[in-house]
Amino acid sequence: MTALRALPLAPGFDPVALKAEFPVFARHPGLVFLDTAASAQKPDVVIEGLAEFYRADYANVHRGAYALSIRATERYEQARETVRRFLNAGSIEEIVFVRGATEAINLVANSWGSTLQPGDEILLTGLEHHANIVPWQMLRDRLGITLRVVPVTAEGTLDMAEFARLLSARTRLVALTHVANVTGHVTPVADVVRLAHAAGALVLLDGCQAAPRLPVDVRALDCDFYVFSGHKCYGPTGIGALYGKRALLAAMPPWQGGGDMIRTVSFAHTTYQDTPGRFEAGTPDIAGAVGLDIALQFMMGLGLPAIEAHEQELTDYALAALSRQRGVRLVPGGGNQIGALSFTVAGIHPHDLATIFDQRHIAIRAGHHCAQPLMDHLGLPATARLSFGVYNTPADVDALIAAIATAQRLFGV
Amino acid sequence: MDLRELYQDIILDHGRHPRNFHALAAPSHFAHGHNPLCGDKVTVYLDIVDGVVADVSFDGQGCAISVASASLMTEILKGKTLDDARLLFNNFHASVTGGPPNNLPEELEDDAERLHVLTGVKSYPARVKCATLAWHTFEAAVREGQHAGGA
Repeated sequence: MTALRALPLAPGFDPVALKAEFPVFARHPGLVFLDTAASAQKPDVVIEGLAEFYRADYANVHRGAYALSIRATERYEQARETVRRFLNAGSIEEIVFVRGATEAINLVANSWGSTLQPGDEILLTGLEHHANIVPWQMLRDRLGITLRVVPVTAEGTLDMAEFARLLSARTRLVALTHVANVTGHVTPVADVVRLAHAAGALVLLDGCQAAPRLPVDVRALDCDFYVFSGHKCYGPTGIGALYGKRALLAAMPPWQGGGDMIRTVSFAHTTYQDTPGRFEAGTPDIAGAVGLDIALQFMMGLGLPAIEAHEQELTDYALAALSRQRGVRLVPGGGNQIGALSFTVAGIHPHDLATIFDQRHIAIRAGHHCAQPLMDHLGLPATARLSFGVYNTPADVDALIAAIATAQRLFGV
Repeated sequence: MDLRELYQDIILDHGRHPRNFHALAAPSHFAHGHNPLCGDKVTVYLDIVDGVVADVSFDGQGCAISVASASLMTEILKGKTLDDARLLFNNFHASVTGGPPNNLPEELEDDAERLHVLTGVKSYPARVKCATLAWHTFEAAVREGQHAGGA
């Protein structure tokens, strides 16, 4: 394995200078992009790095006895090492490339989940994205297992007393988000992992909103599975990663069959590769992995603690500014929020707000944010959500507040 | 495009104070409409007698555009034949999607003119579904929404 040269640590975190590294802001001057929780914009290094990989190093991986294929394979496996470092996993055998967090959860549900028996239980929470609900429901319908849901309190936190009550010897897995996508609430993952393990259950963490803005250390977290999507971490779409503890992955059956994941194939009998190869059937998203590598190095170069501090500062600024604004109601985020927050404005539907914002080149998300159970619990059909990336500044929040005032004038509320 | 072209006073007024905003006690037809993109939900209730919309109402929740569109629709459809209702919908659909307008009989032109306030959505592709949700739900109610216990 080629050792990676660590990028020099950024001397200071300067979102204004960083913005210049994201060409979308040059193409769309005045764009106020507050929808990074849906997908992040891409820096030049990723866009150019992808193009250069296709120009210089591209061929299929794990096959060719020629220099280009060997180079492409090295780049692909080097990306795995970068993901390992990003998550502080113990070994590259614990890193499986997938299309994104959704596919990672489906992989765990279909592979690890295939051994579950009726009576086994999986605990979800009321904060989950549909991606961490639907695969488990499909598994439940197939195997007759039971799903239980940890409720959300009026303050927007997980009801930990109820969690402790629902946890039992029947619980095989707790699947929960690390940072909630609607409210940015940081869940008490350390407590959940400790309690779940004490009950003999595994823990899967959905890191989609955490990985782009918090230092993630899967060994310190001691979670059994961790999933995230590359496109929310400034990387390309179509690539993400599943972390699983080595012993777990090694014992899990393959879930998709095809080339690349096998050791020997005959019509009578096929043997599979070890992890991670056995979970990567077919030609993988090679360029996507290379792009993800560059994006994660970009983030590690800035420093995850610096990104976290930046996003915390913006989140706190936005929470304060929105609570001062007349008619604005914040969706309770449990007092521990980063990167995303949701709100409603009295007398104006979020969809109308989004249109008025769009008129001012302010991009936010309006709707149910792929979290319909949470929205039902809140009694809200829809909310407006803003979320942050490394390129945002307090001026973006100010622009949003001014646009809310415009909308209120227009609607006469 | 100016926001005032999209959010004209009539739309804001109907969005805030929707007309015929209630369920019918004994509808002959009804249907639920849902826009999963933004969570808008509408139920359209009809009392159809001899091919005429004798009464029409709606309830639900949604953005200003979808509520105003539903409200205007109920005002316009009351007393219309189902054939005229279809002509108006086709004409309205064309006007908000930029399709070719159909020829309306003269007596429906005033109604089409009233619906013209919603054509601002043409410049906002994400909002066309908001403006047409109630009308699609009306069509669904007529097509397959016959109330089991109804007349």
